[in-house]
Amino acid sequence: MQVKLICDGRREAAGSGMTQAKTQFGYRRHPDQDRIGADTAEHPVVVVGAGPVGLSFAIDLAQRGHRVVLLDDADRIGEGSRAICFSKRSLEFWDRLGVGDRMVDKGVVWSVGKIFHGASQLYQFNLLPEPGHKRPAFINLQQFYAEAYLVDRVEELPDISLRWRNKVTGLQQRNDRVVLTVDTPDGPYALHAAYVIACDGARSSLRQMVGAEFSGQVFEDQFLIADVRMTAAFPTERWFWFDPPFHTGRSALLHKQPDDIWRIDLQLHPDSDPVAEKKPENVRPRIARMLGHDRFEFEWISLYKFQCRRMDRFVHGRVIFAGDAAHQVSPFGARGANSGLEDAENLAWKLDRILRKTSPEGLLESYHIERSAAADENIRESTRSTDFMAPTTQQEARLRKAVLALAKDTEFGKRMVNGGRLSVPSVYDTPLSSADVDHWRGGPRPGASMPDAPVAARGAPIFLTEAFIKCGTHFTLLAFGNGAACEAPDGVSAIRIGGEGGLTDSEGLASFRYDAEPGTAYLLRPDGYVAARFRHPTPPALDAALARASGLN
Amino acid sequence: MPLSTASNFARPDDAFRAIVEAHRGLNDEQSADLDAALVLILANHIGDVEVLREAITLAKHRVIDQQQQQQQQ
Repeated sequence: MQVKLICDGRREAAGSGMTQAKTQFGYRRHPDQDRIGADTAEHPVVVVGAGPVGLSFAIDLAQRGHRVVLLDDADRIGEGSRAICFSKRSLEFWDRLGVGDRMVDKGVVWSVGKIFHGASQLYQFNLLPEPGHKRPAFINLQQFYAEAYLVDRVEELPDISLRWRNKVTGLQQRNDRVVLTVDTPDGPYALHAAYVIACDGARSSLRQMVGAEFSGQVFEDQFLIADVRMTAAFPTERWFWFDPPFHTGRSALLHKQPDDIWRIDLQLHPDSDPVAEKKPENVRPRIARMLGHDRFEFEWISLYKFQCRRMDRFVHGRVIFAGDAAHQVSPFGARGANSGLEDAENLAWKLDRILRKTSPEGLLESYHIERSAAADENIRESTRSTDFMAPTTQQEARLRKAVLALAKDTEFGKRMVNGGRLSVPSVYDTPLSSADVDHWRGGPRPGASMPDAPVAARGAPIFLTEAFIKCGTHFTLLAFGNGAACEAPDGVSAIRIGGEGGLTDSEGLASFRYDAEPGTAYLLRPDGYVAARFRHPTPPALDAALARASGLN
Repeated sequence: MPLSTASNFARPDDAFRAIVEAHRGLNDEQSADLDAALVLILANHIGDVEVLREAITLAKHRVIDQQQQQQQQ
């Protein structure tokens, strides 16, 4: 197959045999490589790893006005689809980075999942059953497309220096900086960085360099991922089978991607021979049984076992870990790439403030608190899904059998069936939040992310998430007008709903989703999370909440 | 609400017999399946995970005490 990703300085390489979409980048010598000793280049931020997390983080920080060096040890994008499900929250983040439309235009939009047991359907769920959101619950998009679009965006930002085939081989922490040794085709060079952001994946070499533990649970079950190319009339839904007729006693997943590619995920027996299982001639008949025909080609086959684990500390001095480098989950629930993107979003605004010295370095601790709790939640959820799919004891298998049987007739049984609980943004229990003082019947509580809603600006429809981006993704006061609006503190943007010159809540959904009354105001953090909310805000209360959310107390 | 261990059935023997008789004619495997389904149905009916945890603790105590007694003998 030929996936065309044509850009300056880039050529596409199609693999032989089983083809893989790849984008090749050129190594370019950087003037930093000629600077030695006392002249060694100094940078505020060096990001290691140009995957979705590192690229997104670099773009966010550059858009906030900082210079970023982004290193990657490879020189290409490719090697199969890997992550395919990107969540609403990730799309809203990418909207802020200016790449959301490209992702959604190319991606396959979906929100419905179906669960089957044997030959019959047990139930279906809809992850976004209500209208009035800019972004869908999920899109499916091959990771290489997401990375290619992010690289294109990086190339528009002169503050990012993206360096391929730059491999970090040494790391030394000093009081005021990190000294990196970087190997290149032209030999090694040194870089000094005030902060190093490690986004170098599950096998992170930076994690080893700081001597951090990475322990957790290893799952013995093996799964086989095959991306196949075919034209099929299956709907764009996530289909999950327990004990399907074509794969007795195991589980299976079918999911659509762009370009007529379908992701198939089959659970294998723990004692399967990996070499034999991966051979196309052995995979083909199994998938033919699943699809009922063999008119498909393989794009990618990969066999994997997985682990659920995380680092004890995400912040090691001046080296900060994000994405798979910091935590790993099973793939059921789309919690890998999406949680890494949430890491990037959480860290970027905090590091921005620290570099500008508007917040103390201690603000980084909130990154660890918020994102390690999110990692725990993701590990817990994905471990439960995995255990349900692959029960480890006879009694666990017996209970699962009972749940599947009860699911045929009862609502509670359906809800206990766990074929993957899909990624939703975490609600943070964090020192940056100011606790509610007023009475609320709904709306996002402090520590939750902002819900979207359709509004209008002088008659023109716009979404709240778009209004937030237009405000510059700073601290923002979302105020529901009553004519006597409270002034936003210095440096805080304002979105006003209702009142003179404010946005119109034409469908009443903004008020409903925020449990708003006249005078209600939400203080939003630069990542769109609620820091505090008030029925009738006063300047001292707003100032206190702002100071708390900035890590100033 | 804490777990109720007071006697809640007007005729406790009826409840006990109903459970015993449900297992009549089943082999060990089928009996275990029946118990698993019954536990899930009743747990959902209670609908309170704290009460469920208390019940689990109480039930598990019995099993572990029994095991220890057997070991002492």
